[in-house]
Amino acid sequence: MTHLLEAVDLVKTFPGVRAVDGVSFDVARGQCFGLLGPNGAGKTTTMEMLEGISRPISGQVLYQGRALDREYREDIGIQFQSTALQDFQTVQESLVMFTRLYRESADIDELIELCNLDDILHRDTRKLSGGQRQRLLLAIALVNDPKLVFLDEPTTGLDPQARRNFWGLIETVLQRGKTVILTTHYMEEAQRLCDDIVIVDQGRIIARGSPGALVKQHLPAVIARLPAQAWPVDAPLPENSELRNGFIEMFADEEHRLLEQLESSGANLGDLKIESPNLEDLFLKLTGHALRS
Amino acid sequence: MWRRILSILVARNREFYRDRAGLGWNIIMPVVFVFGFALIFSGEPQDMFKVGILSSQQDREQAQSPFMDTKHIDFIMVDDEADAIAKIERHQLDLLMDTGTSSRYWINEHSQKGYLAERLMQAAYVESSQPLPQRQTVTGRALRYVDWVLPGILAMNMMFSCFWGVGWVIVRYRKNGVLRRLQATPLSAFEFLTAQVLSRLAVVLVATIVVYAGADFFLDFIMRGSYLTLFIVYSAGAMCLISMGLIIAARLRTEELADGLLNIFSWPMLLLSGVWFSMEGTSAAAQFLSRLMPLTHLVDAARAVMIDGAGLLQVMPQIMMLGGTGLLLLLIAARLFRWD
Repeated sequence: MTHLLEAVDLVKTFPGVRAVDGVSFDVARGQCFGLLGPNGAGKTTTMEMLEGISRPISGQVLYQGRALDREYREDIGIQFQSTALQDFQTVQESLVMFTRLYRESADIDELIELCNLDDILHRDTRKLSGGQRQRLLLAIALVNDPKLVFLDEPTTGLDPQARRNFWGLIETVLQRGKTVILTTHYMEEAQRLCDDIVIVDQGRIIARGSPGALVKQHLPAVIARLPAQAWPVDAPLPENSELRNGFIEMFADEEHRLLEQLESSGANLGDLKIESPNLEDLFLKLTGHALRS
Repeated sequence: MWRRILSILVARNREFYRDRAGLGWNIIMPVVFVFGFALIFSGEPQDMFKVGILSSQQDREQAQSPFMDTKHIDFIMVDDEADAIAKIERHQLDLLMDTGTSSRYWINEHSQKGYLAERLMQAAYVESSQPLPQRQTVTGRALRYVDWVLPGILAMNMMFSCFWGVGWVIVRYRKNGVLRRLQATPLSAFEFLTAQVLSRLAVVLVATIVVYAGADFFLDFIMRGSYLTLFIVYSAGAMCLISMGLIIAARLRTEELADGLLNIFSWPMLLLSGVWFSMEGTSAAAQFLSRLMPLTHLVDAARAVMIDGAGLLQVMPQIMMLGGTGLLLLLIAARLFRWD
């Protein structure tokens, strides 16, 4: 059995909305799987079905080849997008409380060290900063030493520093052999952490693969950007270009071809920028298309 | 299973006793009520003598005594001897006369008004040259309003604590996502609810004991029954009231709605359960409604134990009713319960 988790043709509807419309994918053991999509694409609804919190209208989720049962909850850890913790409890007490809900538990001291909770162990959970809170919620998601960890937008609302620290944490979790399913709005996050991603839009999967392969498949290798006024007034725009937000974007598979083309165009190259497209470009391209179609 | 229940229970208890405002409210409010009433009703409410005339329905007309010609004395016909003697013991009647063949009267040796009523009676008999009836004495303390109202106040406080401490708290947990987080663990709905019930049961019983002890220290109220029986009565009542709170909270998502519903349930109970005044003599409809309310049965049973000294067997119907209803409501609540 190579797949740890499998989604088979999941459908979920709410009154007037087909939130998830036939989504299928599989998640390999030990990888970080990214579920990306614009707001309202059905990410969280899909996550909830994978977590066993809500049931699909049709289709099913298989864990190690079997339908989800109560035992599944012993094997998974979840960090929700928004979770309140019981009031008037310290960080340590919250951890201990959750530990006792499971048959097996991770080494708490190790978890405290991993998630960097040492300094705030005796602090009331209501008095934590955003980053501290997310670290505690991650620790709670790991208290049962789960095989599979769900992280639903774990870094939303964190400052860049805290976000980077959190990425380091997730990487450590992955190094310990856990399988992670992650949703995020930050393409940089997905690019750095994920081995495999699906992009969903309007309840359907519109792309699937590793971040690198997807970018390669859907986008040219290089993009040149220069201000529109830098282009000679009487010269037509070449075929491999687009005018966007006052900038001319030119695409090519090889960088030297693009440079040759630019040099011969007579354009003012003073403000030229040459970039390799990333997941964010892909995301905008795919979800932008999907919205137009 | 018990490990999980205990874990949630401990967390809930911690939340309760660390929330100083809530804790104070639970202890202070009933004490304030009890003292308020003790203050308001500290004076003797009636200044006329009350004399019971023991007679069966048939010979009510024939009941005669020279004493009965005395003005400004309220003569009340009574037909239950044991009940009337109990009233003498509690100073609810100042004197009781049996004018039948065996002419007797009862008097409470601790009652000042009883003493005066006896002197008036003796004077009446001497004046009419009739032989004095045989004297019977009982002892007993006066039943003050505060003695009568305290079992009700304890029950009322219990109701508020059970309703809001369970109902409102669960709705808040649902709204802010605590329940959602717990749902993702192996914890079952039944385990979660059991933990809430046990936690609140412990809280209300301890709070009730504290209030009881405090009120007793200052007011020295009447307690004729056994503490164990009273404890069982209040436990069964708390169980029933907590389950009512659970049913209300089973599905609601907003605290405002929960608050409103809890008020809709609690205020009629407060008015019609005989907490403040006896339901005797109220309209049939009010009495019917009153019988439907768990609080009525709790207050009745608690009063029976404290004032009449009723034993476990005598209040068993109420205990069974409260416990049974509580269990039934708990099962319904577990079935209705939604995590989100």
